[in-house]
Amino acid sequence: MFEIVERQEMAQGTIISNWIKAPKIAAKAKPGQFVILRANETGERIPLTMADTDPAKGLINIIYMVVGKSTALFKTLQVGQGYLDVIGPLGQPTHLEKVGKVICVGGGTGIAVLHPITRGLKQMGNYVYSVIGARSKDLLILEDKMKAASDELMICTDDGTYGHKGFVTDKLRETLQKDKDIKLAVCIGPVPMMKFCCKVTEEFGVKTLVSLNPIMVDGTGMCGCCRVSVGGKMQFACVDGPEFEGHQVDWDELNLRLRSYTAEEKVSFDQFKAHAPGCSCSR
Amino acid sequence: MTEEVKAPKKEKIPRQAMPEQEPKVRARNFEEVPYGYTPELAMKEAERCIQCKDPRCRQGCPVEIEIPAFIKCIKEGDFEGAIRKLWEKNSLPAVCGRVCPQEVQCEGMCIVGKKDAPVAIGNLERFAADYQREKGKQILPPKADPTGKKVAVVGAGPAGLTVAGDLIQKGHEITIFEALHGPGGVLLYGIPEFRLPKAIVAQECNFLERMGAKIEVNSVIGRSETVDELLERFDAVFLGVGAGLPVFLKIPGEHYIGVYSANEYLTRSNLMKAYEFPAYDTPIVKGKNVATFGGGNVAMDGARTALRLGADHSYIIYRRSEEELPARGAEVHHAKEEGVEFLLLSNPLRFLGDEASGRLTGVECLKMELGEPDASGRRRPVPIPGSEFVVEIDTAVISIGSGSNPLLTKSTPGLNLNKWGYIVADPKTGKTMKPRVWAGGDIVTGSATVILAMGAGRMASNSIHDFLTYGW
Repeated sequence: MFEIVERQEMAQGTIISNWIKAPKIAAKAKPGQFVILRANETGERIPLTMADTDPAKGLINIIYMVVGKSTALFKTLQVGQGYLDVIGPLGQPTHLEKVGKVICVGGGTGIAVLHPITRGLKQMGNYVYSVIGARSKDLLILEDKMKAASDELMICTDDGTYGHKGFVTDKLRETLQKDKDIKLAVCIGPVPMMKFCCKVTEEFGVKTLVSLNPIMVDGTGMCGCCRVSVGGKMQFACVDGPEFEGHQVDWDELNLRLRSYTAEEKVSFDQFKAHAPGCSCSR
Repeated sequence: MTEEVKAPKKEKIPRQAMPEQEPKVRARNFEEVPYGYTPELAMKEAERCIQCKDPRCRQGCPVEIEIPAFIKCIKEGDFEGAIRKLWEKNSLPAVCGRVCPQEVQCEGMCIVGKKDAPVAIGNLERFAADYQREKGKQILPPKADPTGKKVAVVGAGPAGLTVAGDLIQKGHEITIFEALHGPGGVLLYGIPEFRLPKAIVAQECNFLERMGAKIEVNSVIGRSETVDELLERFDAVFLGVGAGLPVFLKIPGEHYIGVYSANEYLTRSNLMKAYEFPAYDTPIVKGKNVATFGGGNVAMDGARTALRLGADHSYIIYRRSEEELPARGAEVHHAKEEGVEFLLLSNPLRFLGDEASGRLTGVECLKMELGEPDASGRRRPVPIPGSEFVVEIDTAVISIGSGSNPLLTKSTPGLNLNKWGYIVADPKTGKTMKPRVWAGGDIVTGSATVILAMGAGRMASNSIHDFLTYGW
């Protein structure tokens, strides 16, 4: 078992942070890489990009949003309990280099993935603008950490309860207009957000990295479930990614494939909710 | 005066068939197709073996099991003796008894088979292993004194498990690293429950653990640890990671929901038990009309799995004719009995889908005819112009072989790879160009069979043992 040593509920319990004991993974993991987790014997293999690691203590950090049965099941796991399987580090690490000025844009739990990359880019000596967003103030995560990892941090909320009222693309466009020296954008969040960020950066001709989250099974390039079209070529997010050049990604195809099991996911989640914690049956 | 009594001519015993589930019934469940021999049936079948002085069957076996010897034990009712004989050469008899292509190996060489049906060696091997597991005493094969040498085996599939089984008996310390969350490799994720129950795979792996092998699951060598790091901790490393890269048709529409590689379809069903969804959390598209592309054993597994998941029609779409189907005859026979429909001499051109939902709705194919033989000696399929036709399907399983997964090979400097990305290894010893590293199975040969991978494992384990004992 991979024990949870620290657990925190964020964004009103919709987002959960776990620090998990996994010394071998912690020793190797680099920003941008992911792990696959399975809660129990009947569980799914769920890929999550690591939000942080602590190699000295042998810990890895994952931050996930509760969106269905599997993540709801993850949420029930308390400190002292743990995951049956944690596999990693998987995927290619982010290629961190000094390019001058960069802009990091994150939305929702994408901010958790973005944070170690942002920090790495700053450590490399880049000047880092960051834009983070959420639907409302209550749902925004990691503001302090992102502030520490950036030279300038901008905040957006859809409902205007905090920072700029509007989407992260507004601040992205504004910043790219203001500072023509920005050489690289890193945009991580929900698919529509990444898609529209890429449209903006394309206008300015700024290279853009995105981190994709297609459905996966094995995570080692064996099954091809996570295939995405990048520059017209079939790529596997688990081994070729998860980061890709955003302007090359076929977003509509990704969006479509993410809906592969919408009906099944509902069946599974409804059944889970019907058997609340404390239910004596085995489900 | 007494008349000389001639010994009555031995009554000829016909080959004993193994009882199996009715085709119509079994096509809708995931339970194993054949039930196995009873002890009586096994002893009767064993009597058919004529105990040749120069047994050919043994030559047909990639791991050189003492076939007449173990059959003799069964004939005499000494089932423990039979399993001990098998274990001398094979750590996975319950698996081999089920999935080896015996008709082209041991049984294909059987002398009895020259005039009659060959002795059912596979069925007998399976019986001995099953009997031991279900009714036998908890016994283990003998083990040599510890040598103090450590061997890392990468990949807990047929090749790796064979290496582990051999070397642990020779007294070496074995650690097996497996990328998935359970050991078995293709035996676990690939071959379906109805052909090879997963409880049996687990027991064969457990047998190695009882012998003293360590199995570390969730270890993706190449990522979690490199081969060079393993070489610091181990005296020798065996790479048996499998081919492990899906091949797609490279035709339009492969992104539609419902299009699977065989690897994904079978992994979801077998490893993740998606056929028990929602009791198990992993879903799978339970198509009503399923087409499996390809004609090998994996394709048969895909098409038969589709029936069990509830398909009304399960098609095999293959571009050559029935004669060229690479699958074992027994697999094709089972598939047909269960109702799999064969669309032969048909080549897929493109997948059709519903743009709004993204779901697969059909496949357009072209009729083929057989022309002159090609490089493989098989008659080349040639398209018939204007013969396009559409098959309505909601699920596609692409089973046209696999490529070499670069995850491990790319992270291992010093390995020599061929132009397809497979590891170059000495065919007699499994030695790679990298010192202290051996390789075998599909990552050397490309997709082949379980038993060939086990044969490669056997050669490598002999070579590793020599190296650890004599230094060469």
